[in-house]
Amino acid sequence: MSDDGLNLLQDLDYSVLQQCMHCGMCLPTCPTYDATLHERSSPRGRIAMMRAIADGELEASTTFAEEMYFCLGCLACQTACPAGVDYAALFENARAEVERQGLLDGAVRNFVRRWVLGWLFAKQTRLRAVARLLRTFQRSGLQTLARRSGLLKLLPFGLGDLEPLAPQISPRFTDQLYRRDLQQSNPPTPRYRVALLAGCVQDISFAEVNADTICVLQHNDCQVLLPEAQACCGSLHAHNGAVEQAQQQARLNIDAFDAENLDAIVVNAGGCGLHCKHYDRLLADDSAYAERAAAWSAKVKDVHELLADIGLRQPRAAMPTQQVAYHESCHLKHGQRVSTAPQEVLQAVPNLELVPLAEADWCCGSAGIYNITQPELSMQLLDRKMAHVCATGATAVATGNTGCAIQLQYGVRRAQAAVAVVHPVSLLAVAYRAEN
Amino acid sequence: MDHAALISDLGTFLREDQLLTSAEDCSVYAFDGTALLHQRPACVALPESREEVAQLLALCNQRGVPVVPRGSGTGLAGGSVPSQGGVALCLVRLNQILELDAANLVMVVQPGVLTQQIADAAQAAGLFYPPDPGSIKISTIGGNVANNSGGLRGLKYGVTRDYVMGLEVVLADGQVLETGNKCVKDVAGFTLKDLFIGSEGMLGVITKIALKLVPAPASKKTLLGLYDEMTQAAATVSAIIAHKIIPCTLEFLDRTTIECVEAHANIGLPTDCEAVLLMEVDGHPAQVAEQAAQIEAIARSVRLADSEEEAQQLAAARRTAFSALARLAPTVVLEDVTVPRSELAAMVAYVQEVGQRHQVRVGTFGHFGDGNLHPTFLCDERDAGEMARVEKAMAEVFAHAVELGGTITGEHGVGLAKKPYLPGQLGPVGLEILKRVKTAFDPKGILNRGNMFD
Repeated sequence: MSDDGLNLLQDLDYSVLQQCMHCGMCLPTCPTYDATLHERSSPRGRIAMMRAIADGELEASTTFAEEMYFCLGCLACQTACPAGVDYAALFENARAEVERQGLLDGAVRNFVRRWVLGWLFAKQTRLRAVARLLRTFQRSGLQTLARRSGLLKLLPFGLGDLEPLAPQISPRFTDQLYRRDLQQSNPPTPRYRVALLAGCVQDISFAEVNADTICVLQHNDCQVLLPEAQACCGSLHAHNGAVEQAQQQARLNIDAFDAENLDAIVVNAGGCGLHCKHYDRLLADDSAYAERAAAWSAKVKDVHELLADIGLRQPRAAMPTQQVAYHESCHLKHGQRVSTAPQEVLQAVPNLELVPLAEADWCCGSAGIYNITQPELSMQLLDRKMAHVCATGATAVATGNTGCAIQLQYGVRRAQAAVAVVHPVSLLAVAYRAEN
Repeated sequence: MDHAALISDLGTFLREDQLLTSAEDCSVYAFDGTALLHQRPACVALPESREEVAQLLALCNQRGVPVVPRGSGTGLAGGSVPSQGGVALCLVRLNQILELDAANLVMVVQPGVLTQQIADAAQAAGLFYPPDPGSIKISTIGGNVANNSGGLRGLKYGVTRDYVMGLEVVLADGQVLETGNKCVKDVAGFTLKDLFIGSEGMLGVITKIALKLVPAPASKKTLLGLYDEMTQAAATVSAIIAHKIIPCTLEFLDRTTIECVEAHANIGLPTDCEAVLLMEVDGHPAQVAEQAAQIEAIARSVRLADSEEEAQQLAAARRTAFSALARLAPTVVLEDVTVPRSELAAMVAYVQEVGQRHQVRVGTFGHFGDGNLHPTFLCDERDAGEMARVEKAMAEVFAHAVELGGTITGEHGVGLAKKPYLPGQLGPVGLEILKRVKTAFDPKGILNRGNMFD
């Protein structure tokens, strides 16, 4: 709570709320408004509630709290908004206020939040330890057994329903791949010196994507560093109202990366990248870190954005023809405004045909942990997405965000579709490797 | 008024997700797209059929409860702001395109269909629905009809009124009136449908609309003219019309507006000129090529859009002008005075002069072709002094428009926002007749009570 006794919404610069002049241009782009046709589930409605609370005309109630968590945080409204409303800031602030007032408190929710946000994702060593256990479960035949036997249904809190949503754990994590295979591959006379944010889930489940990212960067004159002490970027915390924990994650990363001596801090997940670009705002009031946070944020680049900036080298290898659809990660497109760069990366792959995907920038329903907190709408959005993906006839759908990839992989299994889910950079890495 | 009993009665035929009563819901339906106006309803109803609308109106009429119909709530004159303690009747769930009759060039739709969906459906059939209000992507056709919305193509294609062939309307007492049909010619009795077009939800609730479609133009070209002074832009428009060319679009933006639009759309609009003209000609390819060449010759410093994509970007960017101006100030008060085309440059100059005299910032854009301009006052509602100056400036702008033979509103409607200025526009006889018409349709005055006049 702020020092003057106001709630976080009252404490917010009022002009940010006032920036919304309720014209309604955001409505057709909002998946929750589209699903309900209820004004309260639209960006304009949510901002109106925040403003009414700031004005003291409305109580911050459970209804308000639930609405804030019904929002996907996809930020499609930001792209649509001519007035330039910073919805991301309003949304994070509102969720923080919901948590501060404990509007949704409950024994299970509090327990899960404390252990998942406060413990599991606070240190990557812990997440890896748990991931190793999960990997054993997935590979030992226990998973098949558990699924067939119906034992999963016996788990408390519906945890059994979540099991299929869990991504496959990678055989080796990023640092192992980096150490064993890739450290020797940095170019002898690099033009750029960059460091990779390996991510939390990305590190344990999509370690190959990190390896591919490193490979692609190295083929584009980058010396790639992998700072050891790095941690989860904290977007999971910030998007779920745990501001102080998010700030702590940011400090860990600022300490882990020598931003001053880097040309870029490379992020290959749209959601993480967007959050890292806002470390400056997150730590603006922290006198010890504010300046370093600003310097850090200024160095953060999405991997596609960096490749477009430095001028991607066309791979020379002959490649088999393939048709690929591109699904736009919300936080990459609406948050970071990176949309053409990933498509350029795909088009750089020899013989790759980029096929148009209807509603490519409509949220897939992943939205961080939305598939866990709001399974019904999440699955509706996923089915809608998969119908479009299948209609393209593409053999692969590419996307630049970990959350989307997990969701789409689940969608492929759900729809029993023969479509691979890939990161654009991975397709490019295949082409570079084929040169040798 | 007993809200609990009303809500209980409405609950007998509306489901929980169709009847919203929480403080949160009432607060988010308390406004539309207009600045400064808030009135909280007692509840929000989202009917899904004509029968539900009729039941609701019969009930409210019996109880004397005010009802304000609305679609997406994008109104710009407060015409869809609910009555305090009344029912907000939201029609967005009546959103089906019922029929596309290509033989008769008619589309039949429910009122909650988005204007853009109508345009898209027409286009898919090789036809064209021309009215394109700035909020086309989210505005509903019911709202367009109730406000007789205009748009960017008014000069050549007219406004919503010119495309309404028939209406189904639920009257205040719940009776259903059908007026008009698919026939081009129909003089059986008074043309009642015309009364509902632009009625701002005060005479009945529209539940079905038959729209006229036209063949899609085979070709179009978009041109952008850049000027150091607004008078040069005006001279260009006059010259184009003098050459017997009627472009489908002749839009202008002043410097302030251009800068805001460019900040949002980022499409390379020039920000170093005082006025931009966005011009579009459409029709047969040969005619379009000839007219575009003529305009290029007439208008100085013109460039042609390189591609259809660029042309669409320009038009889309223009549509965001109003909202984009919100980048400059916390409160944007948008007006839409309209004058005969020949007086438009003088009117723009007058607006600038008034702004300077009252020390208020104004951005102006609008439809040069049809004399409809949008002076947008950039202010802060928490600054009482500034708001008082805005009020004075607005009153002078309205008075001047009427003096020039124009109107206080070209396409947004009177609503709550321009209600004080309507008597000056219509005079006592005009106003009295409006009131008699209102009483004839809605004797208890439940529909949009307090809107337009008392």
